[in-house]
Parts: sequence; C-alpha cells; structure tokens
Amino acid sequence: MLYDIFIDPFVQMYDMPDFFLQVLWEGFVAGILYALIALGFVLIFKASGVFNFAQGIMVVFAGLTLVGLHENGVPAYLALILTIGVMAVLAYGVERIVMRPLVNQPEIILLMATIGLTYFLVGFGEFVFGGEPKQMITEELGLPTGSTAFEIGERGLIILQHIDIAAAVIAVVMVIALAIFFNKTRIGRALRAVADDHQAALSVGISLNQIWAIVWFAAGLVALATGIMWGARSDVSFALEIVAFKALPVLILGGFTSIPGAIVGGLIIGFGEKIGELYWGGLVGGGVESWLAYIIALIFLLFRPQGLFGERIIERI
Amino acid sequence: MKDFKQLALGTAVALGVGLTGLMTPAAQAQDSNYVPLLTYRTGPYAGSGIHIANGMHDYLKMLNERDGGIGGVRLELEECETGYNAQKGVECYEATKGKGALVYNPYSTGITLQLIPKAGVDKIPVLSMGYGLSAAADGNVFPWVFNVPDTYWDGASVVIKYIGEQEGGLENLKGKKIGYLFLDAGYGREPIPLLEQLAEKYGFELLQYPVPGAEMQNQSSQWLNVRRDRPDYMVMWGWGAMNPTAVKEAVKIRFPMDKFIGVWWSAGDDDAAAGGEGAKGYKAMNFSGVGSDFPALADIQKHVIDPGLSSTDADTIGGTLYNRGVLNSVIIAEGIRTAQELTGKKVITGEDMRMGLEALNLDEARLEELGLKGFAHPMKVTCEDHAGSHPVFIQQWDGKKWQQASNWIEPMTDIVRPLLEAAAKDYAEKNAPWPARTEPCPN
Repeated sequence: MLYDIFIDPFVQMYDMPDFFLQVLWEGFVAGILYALIALGFVLIFKASGVFNFAQGIMVVFAGLTLVGLHENGVPAYLALILTIGVMAVLAYGVERIVMRPLVNQPEIILLMATIGLTYFLVGFGEFVFGGEPKQMITEELGLPTGSTAFEIGERGLIILQHIDIAAAVIAVVMVIALAIFFNKTRIGRALRAVADDHQAALSVGISLNQIWAIVWFAAGLVALATGIMWGARSDVSFALEIVAFKALPVLILGGFTSIPGAIVGGLIIGFGEKIGELYWGGLVGGGVESWLAYIIALIFLLFRPQGLFGERIIERI
Repeated sequence: MKDFKQLALGTAVALGVGLTGLMTPAAQAQDSNYVPLLTYRTGPYAGSGIHIANGMHDYLKMLNERDGGIGGVRLELEECETGYNAQKGVECYEATKGKGALVYNPYSTGITLQLIPKAGVDKIPVLSMGYGLSAAADGNVFPWVFNVPDTYWDGASVVIKYIGEQEGGLENLKGKKIGYLFLDAGYGREPIPLLEQLAEKYGFELLQYPVPGAEMQNQSSQWLNVRRDRPDYMVMWGWGAMNPTAVKEAVKIRFPMDKFIGVWWSAGDDDAAAGGEGAKGYKAMNFSGVGSDFPALADIQKHVIDPGLSSTDADTIGGTLYNRGVLNSVIIAEGIRTAQELTGKKVITGEDMRMGLEALNLDEARLEELGLKGFAHPMKVTCEDHAGSHPVFIQQWDGKKWQQASNWIEPMTDIVRPLLEAAAKDYAEKNAPWPARTEPCPN
C-alpha cells in the first residue's frame, strides 16, 4: 500500500515520460480553462463584492447565442459580433433591472439576485434555443482543429490538440488585456476604487452604475470566450453550467479578487487534479478529480486563509 | 383594505386551482385513457431526452389523430418535465398518479428505483424499457415492473458476446483488457456486477472508468487513463452530454473506434456525429429500428408532424433515439390494447394495464400490422419474465448515419437469468417486508 502511494506513481512518471508530459499538458489546458471561468467570477466580485452565481449559465448563454445565430444563417464572424452585442445588452439589463435597485442591500441579497438571474437565463435560453446540445462553430470562426503528434523515443507519443493551443493563447491574451484595462485605463482605475470602497468611490464622482455595467459586460466577454473553448472541446449544452462551477476551488485558492490569482489558482487545480487522478486516483477506484480540486484548495487555505493572492483583511476592534 | 383584496384574490385563485385539480381526473376517467409521460427536454440530459420524448409523444398522438385513440378511446397525454432528476421525477409521479395514470415510463434508472416500491401500492405499473433495475425482470418478485425487451445485464452479456465473436470466440477473451466507461450513477453502475462475473468466467480484465455527472463534459482524465491502460475494447454506458464528449475524447486519443461500443442509450445520432469524421466506426447496441422507412413513421409524419401537432424537427424522425421513443409507445399502446381485450373494458385502470403488459405479445405479424415490420425483434412478456431477454444488434456509424453491423445477438440468458433471480431475491430481502405476488397471471 505504501509502495502504491509513495513509490509507484513516481516510477510510472519515470517509465512513461511521454505520458507524464501528456498529463502535464492536459493539466495545463484544464487549468487555463478553469482560469478563464474563474476570471468571470473575479471581475464581478471585484466590482460589487458579489459571487455571481450566474457566471456558469452566462457561459452557456453566450455559446448558445453564437451557435444559434449561426444556425439561423448569420455568418460566423457577424454572429460573434452580434453575440458580443447581446452580452452588452445583458450587462446593461442586469445593471438596470437587477443591480441598481439593490444598491446598499446586504451581499446575500445580491447573491440571491444572481441565483434568480441564473434561472431566468436557463429558462430564456431553453425557450429561445431549445434544450438540445449544439456543436460549436469552431472551423467557421477560424479556430484550428485537428492535432499534432510528437513522437518521443521508440513508443512515446504526445498529442497536442490545436484547439487546446488556441485556448491557451486566447486565455493569455485575455489576461493581458484585462490587466492593461484595469491598471492603465481610467475606467480600470475607477473600478479598482469601487472595489475598495463603494461610498468613497461615489463621493469622488465615480458612477457605480456605469462601472457595474462595464464589469458585467467584461464578464460576459470572458463567458463568451469560455463558451467557445469549452464548446469546442465537447458541445455547447446546459451541462456546461455545471463545469463552470469547477472555478469554485480555483477562486478559493487564488482569492476572489485577484486576476493573477485566478490564473495561478486555475493552473494549480488543473495540474493537481490531472496528476492526482492519473497517478493516485486508481487507488480509490478513480473519479477523484471532482473533489480533489477542493481538497487541494482547502490545503492551501490552511496556510493562506485569504487565498494565494486575496487581500488580507485585518479589522481592528 | 388592500390586504383584504389580496387575500380574497389569492383565495379565489387557490380555490380555482383546487377545483380544477379535483375535476380533472373525473373528466379523464370517463372518456379517455390517461398516459403521463415523464420526459426531460431541459437540462444536461436534454440532448438525449428530447428525441425520446418526441418519439413517445408522436406515436401516441398519431394513434389519436389517425385511429381516434385505442379501441375507440382517445389517449389523454400529459408530459411532466423531470430534468432526469429523481426528486422531480417523484414529484411528477405524485402530481399525476391521481389522474388515472395507466403506466409510468421514468426514463431514468434513478427515478425508476424510486418508483418501484410505489408501483404495487398505487397499482400503477412501471415500464422501464431497456433500463432500470435489471432484477425487476423477475415477474414473480416484481409483478408491477416491466423492463422489456432487455435488461442492462442482457445488454452487458451481448456486448461481451459480440467482442468474443470479434476475437474468434469467447475463449479468446482470456488475457484481454476491456474498459468500461460509465456515468457514475445508478444507471452506469447497474451492469457492473454482471461484467465482473463475466470477467471472472472468461478471464478478461475489466477496467472501470467512472464519469461523475458534473464531469460529463470534462473527461480528459478518464481518456488519459484509457490511453495509458491500452484496453483492447471500450464499452460505454453513457447518457446525455456524456456521450458526444466521450466520442470526441476517443477520437482525440486515437482509440480505434471500431473497438468502442456503446450501450443502446449511447447510440444517438448526435452522439456519434459530434466526433466528426474521426468517429467513423463507432459502434453501439440497438433494439429498435434504424431509419424512417416504416409505414407507421410515415403516418406520424402525415398525421402529427405535417399538421404541426408536434415539436419534432422533421429531419430527426428515424433517428435512433426518436425510434426508441416510438418503440416505447408501441409497447404502451399494445399494453392498452391487450388490456382492453382481456377485460372487455374500453377505459382501463392501472391494474388492467399491468395485465395487458404481462400478456404482451408483439410478434412479427403484429409488427407488420402496425406498420413496423423489422422495426424491432418480436417480443413477448410472461408472468415470470418481464424483460424477455430479447436479441440485440450492433450498429456502426459510417460518418453520416448508423448502419446495422451485426445480426440479432441473443443475450447469455443461461448466465443472466439465474443472476437476475438471485438479485431479485436479494432486493426483496433487503426491502422486507416485500409483498409476495398475489396478482393473477393473465397468460
């Protein structure tokens, strides 16, 4: 037993280095995708202190809108632009109808509002697009398909899916763009001010409503990118909403307010769950990755309760 | 004053709803046979559920439109959305059973397991066609449950038998590795006891790859394990979004698709199509017709689809799961017809329906009469055997559509039946006091 836990996994890594590299690659891709989902949560949490329960369904809704428009004869790139427009309208609508009337309400009320928004989007999405899964328009959007195989040694093989490489590139570009947006633009600085203190931000003339609309739109764009990437790997279906909650341990680990935290957290969870499942999962019958991510997050929390990059809040009494 | 108005309005609405609820069963009981359909057109499993629901609805609706129902009595159809959720399924059951329900088709092993103890108490049979509790095939222990034409254990024995044929005989399975990828729920776990028995008997290694419900669209770990373990064959018990994802992942790791075989619920057209050109060769078991070239389906088109009485897309008629839904409704309809003949009544009860299902005999002549020649293997239910262990065939995806790839294959009844009876006895002991059968046998 001790051998199986402490020795055998490392022997396997050594004996099959190509497979170990493949596991690392899959962990990296999974981590990037988790990070993308987590980014959407972080954006809204930073601006309003609310855990946006609706982020998962926003991923599905954005993906369905894109594919649904294309199915109705809209060219792929025009469908992409129109979907961005739909996400902008959704952001404006959420700000006007959901967030604005709830200013100064306790955070639990805002959380409940996002749960309500989730159910609305589920029903509205099924009403408009139906419940059937749809295939992502990967090729029509110019995204790469297929794979490249690298042979290592006599029997070694690493297979890289082109769509996974594209997902990694897009995630990196989005993170850089968001980092520039938050640090170098006036709106970004305003958002950080809102995140620090709503009332102080209002007192210096920052429009809370405008900031919230922008943040929900940015979260909508992240949801669209996530929907395209996850949709290309499987299908665009309402089951993706469940996958989106894989971001929870990422947020626990990386902190709810940190964009770098979402990235690093996503990667730790991605690598951790793949390595754990592939080399230790068999000891307990497999299927451990759904809860292993939480175990990893909880272990980190023992040492950094605020998450890796979360703000340490010290309240003096 | 405002509060009083609200109270009055609320009371009026509540009374209205209550009265409607009270009046509905009486109205239905007089002039129609009420068939609730537990379906799911929403949620993670809708991709499979929609086609089944459409097939079930359209065939029964066609009987109403073409023949005025069955035996001159119209069918009152009502769908209840379960979302493949056991709790919602039970809610649907409780909400509809008082309306004179004749039979329940849960379309979920989880819901079926919940309804099995209720069936005998409420005197409404459960028809779990090709799913649910395998042991329920023992009619002496489960007189109210029917899983014709096959149990999951029948299916598992067929797939092993087929793999044996591919290898030149079951004796050649010794030393082979067979992977089993399954939805980690009651449904996916159901055939494991039999597969383990067969592994021991024939000397192959059974490798298990559970897919948690929350990870249906995130299966890269399972398929990395497959790549490392290098099984000779993969068998899948998937449903909903799990199926297309698994096919894509198999293509991704370059698993030989002609050695990847799904259960009959992993045989959807969308499931295979998701894998693109690479999915060519993927196989699945089936027991219902392939394609739309059947007179009964033409009648559905004419009487239901064309007049706009269904939400079915015309191009999905003839799809595997649509046809499966049709076959389910054929069994319901024939159960009603048989019950009418046995009792001499036109409007029947759940108890009558139980007898009708127990005396079901869908032979070749009757299938032809129904406009469904070759749509299914002839099937017969007896008081002892509620599944019948009927033959199953293998179909193969040619890149565009399914093609029949084998003859009808008989399940290993000699192995399966004793195990089913032992499992039924075990169920009754664990759920003691399980009522002894008192229902008369109509055969």
